[in-house]
Amino acid sequence: MTSVQVPDAATAERRGIPAGWRIAAFVVPGVFFTVLFLWPVGTIIGTGLTGEGAAGGILDVLTSGRVAEILWFSTWQAVASTVLTLLVGIPGAWLVARVDFPGRTLVRAGVTAPFVLPTVVVASAFTSLLGPGSPVLSGVARLTGMASPPDLTGTIWAVLAAHVFFNVAVVVRTVGSRWANLDSQLAAAAQTLGATPWQAFRRVTLPLLRPAITAAAVIVFLFTFTSFGIVLILGSPGMATLEVAIYRATAQLLDLPQAAALAILQLVVVVASLLATARFAGAGTRTRAGGGGGGGGERDRGEAGRTVAAAPRRPVRATTWAGVVAVLGLLFVVIGLPIAVLVERSLAVSDGHSLRWYRELSDVVGVMAVSPWEAVRNSMVFAVAATVVATLVGGAAAVAITARRGRLGRVFDLLLMLPLGVSAVTVGFGFLITLDTPPLDLRSSPVLVPLAQALVAIPFVVRILVPSLRAVDDRLRQAAAVLGATPTRVWRHVDLPILFRSATVAAGFAFAISLGEFGATVFLARAGTPTLPVAIYRFLGQPGAANLGRAMAMSCVLMVVTIVVVAVVDRLRIADLGAF
Amino acid sequence: MHRPSRLVAVAATLAVLLTACGDAASEDASSPAAPEDAMTAGTATSSDSPADPVVQLVTHDSFNIGEDVLAAFTAETGYEVQVLASGDAGTMVNQAILTAGNPQGDVLFGVDNTLLSRALEADVFVPHEPADADALDPSLVLEDQWRVTPIDRGDVCLNFDVAFFDQAEVEVPSDLADLADPAYESLLVVENPATSSPGLAFLLATVATFGEDGWEDYWRDLVANDVAVSAGWEDAYYGVFSGAAGSEGDRPLVVSYASSPPAEVIFAEEPPAQAPTGVVEASCFQQVEFAGVLAGTDNEPGARALVDFMVSETFQVDIPLQMFVFPARTGVELPPEFVEYAVVPDEPISLDPQFIAEHRDDLVARWTDVVLG
Repeated sequence: MTSVQVPDAATAERRGIPAGWRIAAFVVPGVFFTVLFLWPVGTIIGTGLTGEGAAGGILDVLTSGRVAEILWFSTWQAVASTVLTLLVGIPGAWLVARVDFPGRTLVRAGVTAPFVLPTVVVASAFTSLLGPGSPVLSGVARLTGMASPPDLTGTIWAVLAAHVFFNVAVVVRTVGSRWANLDSQLAAAAQTLGATPWQAFRRVTLPLLRPAITAAAVIVFLFTFTSFGIVLILGSPGMATLEVAIYRATAQLLDLPQAAALAILQLVVVVASLLATARFAGAGTRTRAGGGGGGGGERDRGEAGRTVAAAPRRPVRATTWAGVVAVLGLLFVVIGLPIAVLVERSLAVSDGHSLRWYRELSDVVGVMAVSPWEAVRNSMVFAVAATVVATLVGGAAAVAITARRGRLGRVFDLLLMLPLGVSAVTVGFGFLITLDTPPLDLRSSPVLVPLAQALVAIPFVVRILVPSLRAVDDRLRQAAAVLGATPTRVWRHVDLPILFRSATVAAGFAFAISLGEFGATVFLARAGTPTLPVAIYRFLGQPGAANLGRAMAMSCVLMVVTIVVVAVVDRLRIADLGAF
Repeated sequence: MHRPSRLVAVAATLAVLLTACGDAASEDASSPAAPEDAMTAGTATSSDSPADPVVQLVTHDSFNIGEDVLAAFTAETGYEVQVLASGDAGTMVNQAILTAGNPQGDVLFGVDNTLLSRALEADVFVPHEPADADALDPSLVLEDQWRVTPIDRGDVCLNFDVAFFDQAEVEVPSDLADLADPAYESLLVVENPATSSPGLAFLLATVATFGEDGWEDYWRDLVANDVAVSAGWEDAYYGVFSGAAGSEGDRPLVVSYASSPPAEVIFAEEPPAQAPTGVVEASCFQQVEFAGVLAGTDNEPGARALVDFMVSETFQVDIPLQMFVFPARTGVELPPEFVEYAVVPDEPISLDPQFIAEHRDDLVARWTDVVLG
């Protein structure tokens, strides 16, 4: 059944995926997702809807002016955060994908560092950067002739700045990995034909990047739409997102009818935004692909010829160098400054700076029963487990989605994004009342934490892998088939290597998400073995210079671990890419 | 032909990583808190150890106790303790209510007097009078059927910046009413009671002090006096309060704990001659933390043994330096820093748990209207 002659028939057979694998690709993520997401979330919402006082409670929620206000605020701050993150992230993606400059590996890995930091630590850095004593703002005030520097703490600006800080990695890495895979000859050809560099970017590169930009934007939107700690700590006390309201209703008030109504509201917005972006991405592709031939292969056509990777080049022109410097400057202000504040604090002692707090990380001191280094090890174990699960399950899902072009594939695609847009407290409380009977009593099992982390990481894996798989040039497959490769062999030697390359980007994300815990596991019962974020939280939970110092040192260790691991994973990718 | 060899290399790397994790996990087997160990121990029961040697302790994220203390419990009784922590006290209690009858573990620790009635109404606990019940401070036993046992107390009190008040013209406030005085304008930071447990305790202290008719007016005065509101203790204490070591804050009064001054001393960079912060004794609201045997536990003997142990001298003496609260058992020796710098108010402000359960949500909603509205 090698349908080389019918290149438009987008079937799994054409892809040559062995039948057993094809079924597994659907079943594994399907079961995973059903058991760990649909069932718990459905049950907890169902409990709220059928519970006592449900009718009144739900009506109250849906007609409440306060809820409308919260919904509006959650949505517009998320849209604003997403736009700002794209504005910073896209130039950053260009930098790491297209330009060979000293420190490129560090920048590409470094942008993920914010991702893992506990909210309360980030908030403290932003408070000192945006508060009245800020050296940056007083500099700005002096330059612009303001009488005194503005105090931006407790304003929406602080929230937006922190959202960009946290999420810029999503754009830089998702769009960057795509950009690195673009055939630079296309833009070059446009310029040969008389287009200016800007025209070439807008008309050629940008449309080709559109799927990746859309994917990144959706993820950033979902993350900021469900933002919790940042809004609470950096916003003014009156600001509330839907996530905060759901947390209050569930974890504090145990008002399940209200929580269910709010959760449904959240789901509606999330699904609507997913559908809208899918349509947007699809529309873009159609325009590009122009007329000619309907059918399922439309996405492929616009993306053909793109796996011919172009190695990043050393800048030659002065304008390119200026661009590099400008983008680095932008990234430094957005990400570098807050990190610098944290590093400075981790070194600060009353009479200057020292490594004291780092040296003391091997001591066992009150507050925590084990040494901080042990927490580092615990975190690594969890993170590696979550990464393996997320990459395997997400990889299977991506194969399943690309193998099926029909409605089923699209629904599957959309469903797998939902964990990013549904409140962690909803999922966590859902686990409690579903995974509670043997043999599936996972509530106190140590595997639940990496599984829950994987649930949040899987959407990343899928979002990164699906465009790459779709972009596989069919001519490569055809060539392999013509040379006598069996379908299985074609898949193994053409699709799988490309899958692997993107999987490393996805795995890097999964690792960072897991290392930072990201709120996914706050509401799960975790074994007494503390992880890094728990340790930081512990230290910050007690007064005293040593606790603050250790918390800051731990935060820096967390960043360094993340950067090193992500850089190593990136290396895997580059080695692979170079030989391709 | 390059492709497969590279894939093999990657697979090998993954395998090494996984083996490393496996090793790390099995190393854990020596520590009593490791769940894997607890599980394996469960299958390898020797004849003289208890039928189910694992006791699961459900608790909040702030729980902490020395490993040697838990090891002593195992040595004494044969039971291993597996700690399961999730979220803050409020989250933990609501999870327990949601799973009442089919609990996550065997013992719950960390329900406090502000959450107690709610848990009792949901029949989360079965009665158990601990062996050393007589040794407990009777004023902390807030429930007469022993469905819960007091384990520690940690009062929420106003803390002040000693250096600030040494310099300033204004005196340290002597009680809550003083804070409404314009002399204290822009000096106080509190936590939002909707998102913070000390914030809630402080709100309850004002309700108890000024009565159901007076507390809202009191808060209006505080708002007029420019009270600052933080989401949680961490950002109030480290971010806004000026007395904390390493803080960039500029307000000399904060809602914190009676044990914060000794913590400032114990965790100081260099041992200071005196504590940098102090406690306004008349502002203290009593918080008592309880433990109880969870109804529906599949290891009731183990659960009872653990609650007994938590009241014992061995456990109680470790409480101050691990959790920075005070033992509920009388006559337990305190660390010297606690004796010198901590305040144990004789007559802390308190409210009936029943009243708190009935009015908590309403009080928080009204507070939000008055202060943030």
